[in-house]
Amino acid sequence: MGILEIRDCTIRFGGLTAVKNLNMSLERGALYGLIGPNGAGKTTVFNLLTGVYRPNEGSIELDGKSIARLRPSRIAQLGMSRTFQNIRLFKSMTVLENVKLARHLTRTQGVFDAIVRTRRLREEEVKIEQDAMELLGIFKLDGRADELALNLPYGSQRRLEIARALATNPRVLLLDEPAAGMNTQESLELMRLIRSIRDRFGLTVLLVEHNMKVVMGVCERIQVIDYGETIALGSPKEIQDDPKVIEAYLGGA
Amino acid sequence: MRRGLLWLGAVLVLAALEPNLRGLIGAYNYQILVLVGVNIILAVSLNLINGFTGQFSIGHAGFYAVGAYTSAALVFYAGPSVRVLISSLPTVAQDAVLLLMGLLGAALVAGLAGLAVGIPSLRLRGDYLAIVTLGFGEIIRVLILNIDAIGGARGFAGIPQLSNFFWVYLFVLITIATVHNLVSSSYGRAFVSIRDDEIAAEAMGVDTTRFKVMSFVISSMFAGIAGGLFGHFTMYLHPNSFTFVASFYVIIMIVIGGLGSIEGAVLGAVVFTVGLEVFRGFGAFRLINFSVLLVLIMIYRPEGLLGSWTLIKRRKQAGAT
Amino acid sequence: METFLQQLVNGISQGSAYALIALGYTMVYGVLKLINFAHSDVYMFGAFMGFYIANSSWFQATMGTSVLSGVVVLLGAMVLASMLGILIERFAYRPGRSPSPGTLAFWFGILGAGFGYLLGKTPGAVAAGVLAGIVVGVILEKWGVRPRAQSSSLKILIIAIGVSFFLENSGQQVFGADPKFFPQIIPTKVLNVAGLSLDSQKLTVLGVAIVLMVLLNVIVNYTKTGKAMRAVSFNLDAARLMGINTDRIIAFTFGLGSALAGAGGILVSLMYPKIDPLMGILPGLKAFVAAVLGGIGNITGAMFGGLIIGLAEVMAVGYGQSTYRDAIAFVILVLILLIKPTGIMGKGMVEKV
Repeated sequence: MGILEIRDCTIRFGGLTAVKNLNMSLERGALYGLIGPNGAGKTTVFNLLTGVYRPNEGSIELDGKSIARLRPSRIAQLGMSRTFQNIRLFKSMTVLENVKLARHLTRTQGVFDAIVRTRRLREEEVKIEQDAMELLGIFKLDGRADELALNLPYGSQRRLEIARALATNPRVLLLDEPAAGMNTQESLELMRLIRSIRDRFGLTVLLVEHNMKVVMGVCERIQVIDYGETIALGSPKEIQDDPKVIEAYLGGA
Repeated sequence: MRRGLLWLGAVLVLAALEPNLRGLIGAYNYQILVLVGVNIILAVSLNLINGFTGQFSIGHAGFYAVGAYTSAALVFYAGPSVRVLISSLPTVAQDAVLLLMGLLGAALVAGLAGLAVGIPSLRLRGDYLAIVTLGFGEIIRVLILNIDAIGGARGFAGIPQLSNFFWVYLFVLITIATVHNLVSSSYGRAFVSIRDDEIAAEAMGVDTTRFKVMSFVISSMFAGIAGGLFGHFTMYLHPNSFTFVASFYVIIMIVIGGLGSIEGAVLGAVVFTVGLEVFRGFGAFRLINFSVLLVLIMIYRPEGLLGSWTLIKRRKQAGAT
Repeated sequence: METFLQQLVNGISQGSAYALIALGYTMVYGVLKLINFAHSDVYMFGAFMGFYIANSSWFQATMGTSVLSGVVVLLGAMVLASMLGILIERFAYRPGRSPSPGTLAFWFGILGAGFGYLLGKTPGAVAAGVLAGIVVGVILEKWGVRPRAQSSSLKILIIAIGVSFFLENSGQQVFGADPKFFPQIIPTKVLNVAGLSLDSQKLTVLGVAIVLMVLLNVIVNYTKTGKAMRAVSFNLDAARLMGINTDRIIAFTFGLGSALAGAGGILVSLMYPKIDPLMGILPGLKAFVAAVLGGIGNITGAMFGGLIIGLAEVMAVGYGQSTYRDAIAFVILVLILLIKPTGIMGKGMVEKV
C-alpha cells in the first residue's frame, strides 16, 4: 500500500463534477507527476488531498489513516505539506519568518512559556531560527533572510514556498506548478532541487505541472487526468507515447 | 535575573510616584493619566486580535463591561467577608488583595465571555465578523442593563476605590510585556500568519480556529482587567459607558497609532485620550474634529501615525532572539 | 384576536420603515461591498430636513395639513437626503479607491467652518473659516497629497464609522442636541377596518413604503441604470471594462438608497414625532440587521428582513419582555450570522484556492 491512497474520489461543485472516481496510489519515496490539460481538475485534487475541499464520495488515506474529512492544519500535522499555484507567502513577514512559522509544528512551548519567556522558550526560539536558516541555506535564500518575502524575485519566492513547506517536516510534499513562470535555466535548477530534497529528506513528492520538460525530467511515474478522470498512468516514456494523452492535449477531431 | 531586576525597578518607580503624583501634577491630570493607562490596556489588547491576528472585532466594549462589572460585583459583595479574613494585614495590603481578587475574576469571566463569543463568531470573515462582534457587544450591554444586582439601568454605585495610578500602570506594563512576548514567539508568528493568509497558515499546520480563539480570549481577558481597573477608580459604572461607541473609540485608537504594532496602540491610546481632554473646551467640536481626523487619516495615511516605521522595528525584533 | 391583528399592523408598519432603511444598506453593500455605517445618519438627516421644511415660513404660509403637504415634505426630504448621500460617497468613500481631487478642500472646509464658528460665532466667521479651509485643502493637493491607493474593506469600514460619528456630532451642533417635535402635516383619522381601529398614520406609512419599494423594483429591474447597478454589484471590474461608468452608478446607488432612508426618516417621524440627532443609531443598526437577515446585497431580502424585524420587535414587546426590545434585533443578527451568514435569500461564496 502506498503512502498516499486515493480511492474512487468524486467531488461536485453544483452541477459540475470536477473530479470523478479518481484513483491514485503513491509509493513511498516516489516522484509522482499529475498532469492534464487546463481545467482538468489538478488543483482540485490538491485541494482534496490537503483538506481544503471535502470529497462527496471516496476515500483518501495518508499512511493508512483516513484524512478526507480532516481540516488542512491537521493534515499538515500528519505529514503532508504543499505549495500553492498562486504563491501564498506571508506578505508582512520576512523570508526567515515565513520558514520559522512553518517550524511551528515542532514546538513544545506553551502559551505560558511564551508569555513569561521561560528558558524553554528562549532555547526553542534559537533552535527554530537555526533550523530555518539551515533550510534557507539549502535553497540559497539565507542571504536574504531578513528581507520581506514579497520583495523577492518571483523564482526565489517559489523556492521560498518550497522551503517553507519543507520546514513542517512532511513525509509527502505536494508541489502545485512549482516551475510556473520560470525560464529554462531556473526550471533545470528546480528539477535538480526537487530530486535532491526528495533524496535528502526521504520525501514522497507529488507534482502538478504544465512544463513538460520538468515533468518528464523529474517524475518517475505520471498520472494524466482530463475532465476529472484518469486517462493514463505510467512512466514518462509510456505517457509520451500514449495516444489518449496526445489527443487530450491537442484536442480531438 | 536581569528581567527580574527590571520589573522590581519598575514597581518601585511606580510605587514611589503614586503617593506624590497628585501633588505634582494636580488631581485632574492624575485622573487623565489613569484614564490613558486604562485605554492603553484596551488598545494593546484589542490590537492583539485586530492588528496582529487580523480578525476585525468591534465588540471590545462588551468584554470591558463584563470585566468591570464582575470585578465590581465581586469586591462589593464578597469584599467585606474577605476583609475580615485578612484583617491582620495593613489596609494597603488588604486593598491590594481585594483588587487582585476582583481583577482575577474580571479576567476569568471576560475570558469566558471571549470564549463564548469567539468560538461561534471566528468562523466568519471580514465584515461579517465585525458585525457579529458588534451584535454580541450590544447583547452583553442589554443583559447588564437588566441585572438589578449590579445596578441595571440606574448604574452600579458605591464600588470601593481600590485602583490608582500604581495599579493601572503596573498592569499597563504587564499587558505590554505579555503581548510583546506572545508576539515574539511561535504564537505570534501563528497569529500574523493567520492575518496574512489563512489558507496558507492552515496548510502549514496552524489550526487557525484555535489560534484565532486564543488571541480573542487573551484579548478579552485584558479588556476585562482594564474594566476592573476602571470601575475601581471611578467607583461608579453605567452600561452607557460600554456601548458600541466605546468599542469604536478603541478601534480609533489602534488605527490612529498604526494597526498591528504595540507602540502604535500605545501612541493611539495616548493621542486619543489626551486629545479628547485637551480639546474639551471645544465642546462637541472635539468629536467632530476627531471624526474628520479619523476619516482623513484613513484616506491619506491608513497605516496610522507610526505606519511602516513599526514594521522595520518589528523585523529587527523578530530576527533577533 | 383584535390585539393580535393590531400588533400585526404595527409590526408591518414598523417593519416597512426598517425595510426602507435596510434597502440603502443592502444596495450600497451590493455595489461596494461596504457597510455604510453613515446610512443611519442620512435617515436622521432626512427627518430633520422634513422638520425644517415643515416649519419653514413658506410652508407654514401656503400648506395646511393635507396629503399634498405630506408629499412635499416627503419629496423634499428625499431629495436632500439623496444629496447628502452622494456627497458622502464622493468625499469619504470614493477617495478610498481613486484620487478624488477636491477631497481635502471639502474636509478642510468643514474643519474651517467649525473653527470659524468657534472663534467668531457669526456667519461671517464661519464663511471665512470655510474659505480658509478650502484654500488649505487646495494647496495641499497641489503639493501632491493623494489618497492612498490600496483599498481594504477594513479601511473603508473605519471611514464609514468616522463619517457616522461626524454626522451625529455635527447634527448635535447644528440642529441642537435636544429633541424636537415633528409637526402634524397630514390629517390623521382613526379608521375602522374589519372591526379594528387603525390609525391612518400607520396605513400611510405602509402605503408610501409599498409605493417606494415598487418604484425601486422598477428602477432596478426594468431600467438601463438598474441593470448597470446589478452589473456593478456582481463584478465591479468587469462592469467597468464593459464600459459602465462605475463611479456614476455608485453615486446613483448612494443617491437612491439615501433617498429611501430620507423617506424612512419622514415616515417614522409621522408615527413617532420626537426627533433628535442621535435618532438614527438604533433604527440604523436594526435596519442593518434586517439587510443581513435578508441577505446583504439582496434587495428583496432587505424588504423581507425589515418586515421580520419589525414584527419580531412588536411581538416581543406586546407579548414578552419590553426591556429586552432592543436586544431582539441583535439576537436575530447573531443567530443569522452563525446559522446562515448569507441571509435568507443570499447565496454562499466560495473562495478560489
